[in-house]
Amino acid sequence: MSDVRVVLPAHLKNLARVHGEVVVAVPAGDGMPLTQRAVLDAVEERFPMLRGTIRDRATGKRRAFIRFYACERDLSNDAPEAPLPGDVAELIASGREPFMVVGAMAGG
Amino acid sequence: MTQVRVLAGTHKGGFVLTSDASREKWEISEPHFAGWDVYHMKGSPADPNRLYASQNTGWFGQIIQRSDDGGATWQAVGNDFTYATEPGTHLWYDGTPRPWEFKRIWHLEPSATDPDVVYAGAEDAALFRSADGGATWTELTGLRTHTTAASWQPGAGGMCLHTIILQEPRIYVAISAAGTFRSDDEGQTWQPVNHGLVSEGIPDTDAEVGHCVHHVEAHPSKPDTLFMQKHWDVMRSDDGGLSWTEVSGNLPTDFGFPIAVHPHEAETIYVVPITSDSLHYPPDGRLSVYRSRSGGNEWERLTRGLPQQDCYVNVYRDAMAVDTLDDAGIYFGTTGGQVYASADSGDTWAPIARDLPAVLSVEVQVID
Repeated sequence: MSDVRVVLPAHLKNLARVHGEVVVAVPAGDGMPLTQRAVLDAVEERFPMLRGTIRDRATGKRRAFIRFYACERDLSNDAPEAPLPGDVAELIASGREPFMVVGAMAGG
Repeated sequence: MTQVRVLAGTHKGGFVLTSDASREKWEISEPHFAGWDVYHMKGSPADPNRLYASQNTGWFGQIIQRSDDGGATWQAVGNDFTYATEPGTHLWYDGTPRPWEFKRIWHLEPSATDPDVVYAGAEDAALFRSADGGATWTELTGLRTHTTAASWQPGAGGMCLHTIILQEPRIYVAISAAGTFRSDDEGQTWQPVNHGLVSEGIPDTDAEVGHCVHHVEAHPSKPDTLFMQKHWDVMRSDDGGLSWTEVSGNLPTDFGFPIAVHPHEAETIYVVPITSDSLHYPPDGRLSVYRSRSGGNEWERLTRGLPQQDCYVNVYRDAMAVDTLDDAGIYFGTTGGQVYASADSGDTWAPIARDLPAVLSVEVQVID
């Protein structure tokens, strides 16, 4: 297991009733690659009220106005089940960098 | 002591307004679900402290909130509104087929007898039911899979199921722009009930479905009498929707969104005329409620306390409600963020909130 830091947008922190970053235990390591899907599964497991707010309930796809960043990279369009790039995975799994869930910038 | 509680869903959160029975002085809560669209909040008739709220944004989707203490605290409950069978197609604006896609919940209708039972009206149009206080939802698929469904088309606001009237086992729903539907078996099977509606905007003006119904209401003492504000036209039915007649009468314009029925007078109804489908504000910049004490056709203009110049707000379909006090209260909210109330059946009005975000819905409860 890896303890992964996750940054949530303000509205989802309110919904989950948390402040600052959250840390979730993600099954990874010992030969098991770290994936975006595993991180998001762990977030939803710990905060069930976030189900459907990041990924569509029916399709499991990233919602249109949500982005995923880490290590100054945009991972939003990477396959969710694909292993994260080695350097990114190492930095996230070691807790040195967070996985960021971001609401796309738009007015309203 | 009797308390009156107004639930205002707005473009940027939900607000709870409270007063005593005089309805003169109101307290406004902090925004609940701040920053989110709150399409609708409604209390259970069986337990007034059980409230449900529909919270959504384009970013984060749909959340359903439940309060068990009259809106003081809330908890997110179930939000899985997956269609129960393979989504078919409806018509898109350009006339091409388009698969059903869940977007949001427009309306929540709690059961009159069981606080854990609540119905939810969805965009794209479907009806869901929960029997566990919103924790889980089951689609009543007979509506979305009706034989006419492939020909339904969205109105300008989307293909939304916005009206739910529970007279169990009978249920009425209304969908923009499909029309009104009735089930006599608790939502298992449905029939369109639109005979008598005429809509200029569709190829067959008196088609079985395709009408842009904006809102429907019924008085509990006359359940077979329905009042409808359609895109254009104010209509009534006295046979459970099987046939409709126009009762627009002397209204200055029969375009509008909400319609309400007086709590103690089953033939007294209220509408807010709006200039036209392209000018969503009151005629001449004068905000007026029109009241008919004859079930339509003959309307009187109510203006005392309402802005009579430079007013260009709209009043949405779910943003008008009535209370049940002896001196009946009538309430409505505007896109300008005002909530107006009358404690004398509409004779005089006063704002009870002036500067909220655009008001999407208004409901009211009387708590003894």
